[in-house]
Amino acid sequence: MSRKVLLIEDEPNITEAIRFLLTREGWHVETHAEGSDAFELIMASRPDLLILDVMLPGKSGMDILRELREQEDTRKLPVLMLTARGQLRDREMAEKAGVSRFMTKPFSNTEVVTAVRDLHAQASKA
Amino acid sequence: MVRDTLTGSRIRERRMIAGMRQADLARSVGISASYLNLIEHNRRRIGGKLLMDIASALSVEPSMLTEGAEAALIASLREAAADATNVQAETDRADEFAGRFPGWAGVLAQMHRRVGSLERTVETLSDRLTHDPHLASSLHEVLTTAAAIRSMAAILAEPGDIEPEWRDRFHRNIHQDAERLADSSKALVNYLDESETDDDHRGVPLEQVEAYFSGQSYHFPAIEAGEDAASVALDGLDSSAARAIAKKMLDGYAADARALPLQAFAAELGEGDIDPLHLASRFGVDFATVLRRLATLPEELLPGAAGLVVCDASGSILFRKAVPGFALPRHGESCPLWPLFTALNRPLVPIRRRVAQLGRTAAEFDCFAIAWPQAMAEFDRDPIYRSIMLILPVDSADQGRVAAQQVGSSCRICPKSGCSARREPSILSEGF
Repeated sequence: MSRKVLLIEDEPNITEAIRFLLTREGWHVETHAEGSDAFELIMASRPDLLILDVMLPGKSGMDILRELREQEDTRKLPVLMLTARGQLRDREMAEKAGVSRFMTKPFSNTEVVTAVRDLHAQASKA
Repeated sequence: MVRDTLTGSRIRERRMIAGMRQADLARSVGISASYLNLIEHNRRRIGGKLLMDIASALSVEPSMLTEGAEAALIASLREAAADATNVQAETDRADEFAGRFPGWAGVLAQMHRRVGSLERTVETLSDRLTHDPHLASSLHEVLTTAAAIRSMAAILAEPGDIEPEWRDRFHRNIHQDAERLADSSKALVNYLDESETDDDHRGVPLEQVEAYFSGQSYHFPAIEAGEDAASVALDGLDSSAARAIAKKMLDGYAADARALPLQAFAAELGEGDIDPLHLASRFGVDFATVLRRLATLPEELLPGAAGLVVCDASGSILFRKAVPGFALPRHGESCPLWPLFTALNRPLVPIRRRVAQLGRTAAEFDCFAIAWPQAMAEFDRDPIYRSIMLILPVDSADQGRVAAQQVGSSCRICPKSGCSARREPSILSEGF
């Protein structure tokens, strides 16, 4: 059974590129572009890994992450957060909210793929 | 200013190094404190026995006072020493250093000024990035588009073939995103270019109103002469929101002018320290009215410039009149240690605090503040408070006489460590 990653990102061309990269890595990639109903979708989809943009329409990725960490089922879900805001306070806020990895745009493909591999490996060991 | 006219400055410098009060030095040499003050500000020439006596009282050679290194240079060195962290400079030997190594001292002073200039630039840019939603949104757009292009281009640049369907899709997407990036970059550059002009206020009504009041020097002679506030031309206020805010403020100005007529109010000010509480009592008006009135008087009626800040109960800044040396961030996010906010915790209690804002100058200010409830049109409603703070610079001769409370401007650019009021880390602690 293939591993499932859920990518929540409102920029379609970033979504396309990441979908291509991770599909090639053997992941089953599901995508979504809205923040408002993202939490419900995550709970229904049960991905092995979540890639989450910070600035999403409807609800911020930071709020979605906080909600996830309050749930027993998703407390340890690996979350890779993508953002164009790379300031220290944004990073600290994400870490406080329980992010697994924080990545600023523009990122390289290698960074994304390596982060996904690392996070999945860590989660598998735990 | 030629060197020998700076003797007074050197006396002042040496006195402050010695930690001696002006009055104490004056007494020890048998002159009045006011006369010594004139000497120290280079308004009276000094020589002969008095110079010898002062030099003796300060335990320095008279020549140190008459021929010492440039006072401004020493002052710059002392400022640099005061701003340094984890380094204890020999400030009591600053003039010796400046005298023996004027070139190096000049370099150090120049570097300190340069740091100050860069700090101001950081402050301005940081302020804009933090508070300018248009700029933040534009940068987000550019970075996101760049991320998409970078990712897709990297895939296409990989060795080996990819499926034609994916290749065509990425080519098409890159073309679209390149167009988008060109447009958003151009818009961003235009925005930054336009923002360089002083009269650009990005359509924020409060800022337009502040610029309008500033353009009028915060004073309206027609209203002072009894004309209706509605007769004042609102030139330059092109939005209905800005005009509505300005009209309300001018109505308030007119009410204050009626309560405190200019001539009578100016006559009561006198030449000494300003006592807003006494003025409120003398004219039978509330404290906030006096603070507003003082801030809008012609500057020649006051010993110096007067700043003003008004906020609502949420801490949002409703009005700012800047005063040199006291940074007022745009759109709020100010230091919660300001007496303005202390007053909100103690409504109707007049507050007076001497404060020094951490940063480049560490100049001292006397701040007067009070929070007062807005007029209520109905019974049994919770009061809604506003707070006001008048900011008066402390004369340089009086600085350091009483303990000043350390405050900041906003957390992002405040270097104060261990502050319990801090909301976010300071960028100044990260190597700026």
